[in-house]
Amino acid sequence: MNWFRDFLLPRGGATHAGEMDGLFMFITWLTVFFFFFNGGLIFYAVRRWRRRSDKEVTPHITHDTRLELIWSLIPLGVVMLIFLWGFQGYVKAWVAPNDSMEIIVTGKKWVWEFEYPDGTRTLNDLHVPVNQPVKLVMTSEDVIHSFYIPEFRLKRDAIPGRYTELWFTATEPGVYQVYCTEYCGKGHSDMLARIFVDTPEQYETFLREGDEQVRKMPLKELGRLVWENKGCATCHSIDGTRGQGPSWKGIWGQKHRGTDGKEYLVDAEYIRQSILMPQAMVVQGYEPIMPTYQGLLREREILGLIEFIKELQ
Amino acid sequence: MSEAVLHAGAGHAAHHADYLEEPKGLWSWLTTVDHKRIGLMYMWSVLFFFLVGGIFALLIRLELLTPKQTIMDAETYNRVFTLHGAIMTFLVIIPAIPGALGNFALPLLLGAKDVAFPRLNLASLYVYWTGAAMAVATLALGGVDTGWTFYTPYSTTTGGGVSLMVLAAFVLGFSSIFTGVNFIATIHKLRAPGMGWFEMPLFAWGMYATALIQILATPVLGITLLLIVMERVLGVGIFDPQLGGDPVLFQHFFWFYSHPAVYIMILPAMAVISEVIPTFSRKTIFGYKAIAFSSVAIALLGFLVWAHHMFVAGMSLFAGAIFSFLTFFIAIPSAIKVFNWIATMWRGSISLEAPMLHAISFLLIFTIGGLTGLFLAALSTDVHLHDTYFVVAHFHYVMAGSNLIAMLAGMHYWWPKMYGRLYNKKLAAIASAIIFIGFNLTFLPQFVLGSRGMPRRYFNYLPQFQDLHVVSTVGSWVLAAGLFLTAAYLLASFRQPKGMPANPWGGRTLEWETTSPPTTHNFEGQPVLQHGPYDYRPEPAPVGVKEMAH
Ligand code: HEM
Ligand SMILES: [Cu+2]
Repeated sequence: MNWFRDFLLPRGGATHAGEMDGLFMFITWLTVFFFFFNGGLIFYAVRRWRRRSDKEVTPHITHDTRLELIWSLIPLGVVMLIFLWGFQGYVKAWVAPNDSMEIIVTGKKWVWEFEYPDGTRTLNDLHVPVNQPVKLVMTSEDVIHSFYIPEFRLKRDAIPGRYTELWFTATEPGVYQVYCTEYCGKGHSDMLARIFVDTPEQYETFLREGDEQVRKMPLKELGRLVWENKGCATCHSIDGTRGQGPSWKGIWGQKHRGTDGKEYLVDAEYIRQSILMPQAMVVQGYEPIMPTYQGLLREREILGLIEFIKELQ
Repeated sequence: MSEAVLHAGAGHAAHHADYLEEPKGLWSWLTTVDHKRIGLMYMWSVLFFFLVGGIFALLIRLELLTPKQTIMDAETYNRVFTLHGAIMTFLVIIPAIPGALGNFALPLLLGAKDVAFPRLNLASLYVYWTGAAMAVATLALGGVDTGWTFYTPYSTTTGGGVSLMVLAAFVLGFSSIFTGVNFIATIHKLRAPGMGWFEMPLFAWGMYATALIQILATPVLGITLLLIVMERVLGVGIFDPQLGGDPVLFQHFFWFYSHPAVYIMILPAMAVISEVIPTFSRKTIFGYKAIAFSSVAIALLGFLVWAHHMFVAGMSLFAGAIFSFLTFFIAIPSAIKVFNWIATMWRGSISLEAPMLHAISFLLIFTIGGLTGLFLAALSTDVHLHDTYFVVAHFHYVMAGSNLIAMLAGMHYWWPKMYGRLYNKKLAAIASAIIFIGFNLTFLPQFVLGSRGMPRRYFNYLPQFQDLHVVSTVGSWVLAAGLFLTAAYLLASFRQPKGMPANPWGGRTLEWETTSPPTTHNFEGQPVLQHGPYDYRPEPAPVGVKEMAH
């Protein structure tokens, strides 16, 4: 009867799936059984005891304690079994192994952002190595969202102001769909993400070179994305307003005077250096507060930023 | 007004006008304190909103015919499903059976002249109308896009008429409380002489259990809804994490009411079924006490399980386990009832009139609705299914399917008593079959949609889900056709002359002892109970009413 399970459930992609599927199918068969059992009794009763004359007399039966006990206690036993079975699966899905890799997930209208242990961040695409326990530490920036991977049979809400956790070990390389299942407004049904379960080599490549988004996106767009997502935007505006750091608007090709009194031409080399070694040259009038992005941005992302800044005239 | 009764006492009953005729005029209806008239006004109001909510439902289903936009944009869709849910929940199913059938039938079943507080009863109808008007008025403020559950912080940050909608639900809560208070007092005080608690018809037990929930749980919802308004208007920060609040707290408050409230929706349905099955099986109900106690058990257990709506909302492992464990106990009284109803049919004399056909639909649909609850009560399966179409299917089976179909059973059962007229029986039988088929066609595929991972409240969906959505949409049209057919033959019945006998179905409860339709004061004199509600033995005498001199 595997076809029936495959009709009802998506293919399983994580260790947890098997745990849930067994119970799911058990209750399914129980439901099918009782539907036909009750339906059959009703059908039989209607056929057999359909009223034929208005004078029919029926037996005066008020109750039957033994029968009633039986049909209370048997269901009680069955539901207790189901409770324990479901609880057991839940506990296993609850406690993450100590060696799990931690990824931080932030939901916001209407994207999922992932941050890996090495600081890499991606939007809507999550890469994880196969057969490695992964723990998602989740939160939200606005309203409640819920992170749901049907193929892993897992789901947990991402709640503003707290952290929730979800862990899994993906067992089959491939791509899996993620949905947001807590209604969150206009873009709710488009708040989709994908999980790429990689072989260890693929995962290494991803960490080194980024995912497809980073590899394929036009440079300028990538630059804007980095500006938005990697924290640049908190200090640098792109519309000329003064922030913690200088605005990027119109700086390309200008001369900046540093705190050391020297003048610097804003060109590609200068921008790269400011990102990787921010303390080497600090613009006059600003504090030396910018952290280095050494190791947090890939070469292509830096090129993207340069292109993006070039355009901000 | 009391003339009719005085004359009745003098033995001229046959000439006396029924409650529909006397007194005359719209004003007399709007100011009536007669529970039967109030019941009918509730019934037509609920049916009107059922039509409105149903039109929204058809629009939802039409939109979901294709994976991307079909007939409306995302923002409109969100407002439409919110209105559909809010109208169906607060304006249709919660008041349907208690407000309409309860008001009409409960005093008759108890052998009373009216409910305990007739003016309060009228007030509850006006409060209902006020709340309904407020809910509809939200449209003028741009609608509401929160879903009927109003989860924070979404509901405290989105625009539109959320505050007004929430206040509407608050006001509607009062209507529900008034009805509950009235029923409890009526059942305690106005039972006919000789009617002990265990001689009451089971409908009264169901109404009693419902009323308990209405008066105990509704205030919690009321306060919670006011907190939302405070949060929106004054920014008090109870639920807003930015202000130190807890967004999940809202869900606890909300479900502390709304979980018991789902029993406000199902207990009355069970109450109706407990009347219809013995009458059309012409046999004593099996396990009277088990059914009566299981209603009360469901009402009380209903208060202990609210957090099973929140297994994935970051509750502790321990809390999850407790709530799951307790939830399973609700399955037992429900199972007991189903087996008792089937046992009542066993060796009976079964007549397949329209009310009975609907009752059989109910049994089948409720079996599916109840058993699919097990998936959601069990922790590991709920994690997968929560907030998917599986849940949508489950609650439509228990709320729309069971409650609505029981409402139809009850309306068909008491229609001759209400109006003294009968509908076309053949059309009624056909319609009940169409409704049953349409209902299952609409909602059965949604179980599969959900278990395969389709989330609820989705405007766009992935193409792999389309086939099942198409089946569901077609089903919704079949269902609508069945309901329109029902409306048509019920309305057509008004063209028949009145002339139904007092007891067209051969029932053994007291409402069948008075004329159809009854006079304003229900009975000619005070009925005194001569036999239990489901006593089909040839002996004792088939009459339940003995006239007392007065
Ligand atoms: C023709 C009959 C009906 C159809 C086709 C229908 C269809 C739907 C659909 C498609 C949804 C949206 C689910 C989602 O996106 O999450 C929905 C939600 C809902 N329906 Fe119905 N429905 C019908 C009748 C009813 C009835 C009779 C009731 C009440 C007894 C009802 C109560 C609800 C509730 C409470 C919701 C949840 C709304 C929310 O999540 O905000 N429906 N219905
Ligand atoms: Cu979301």
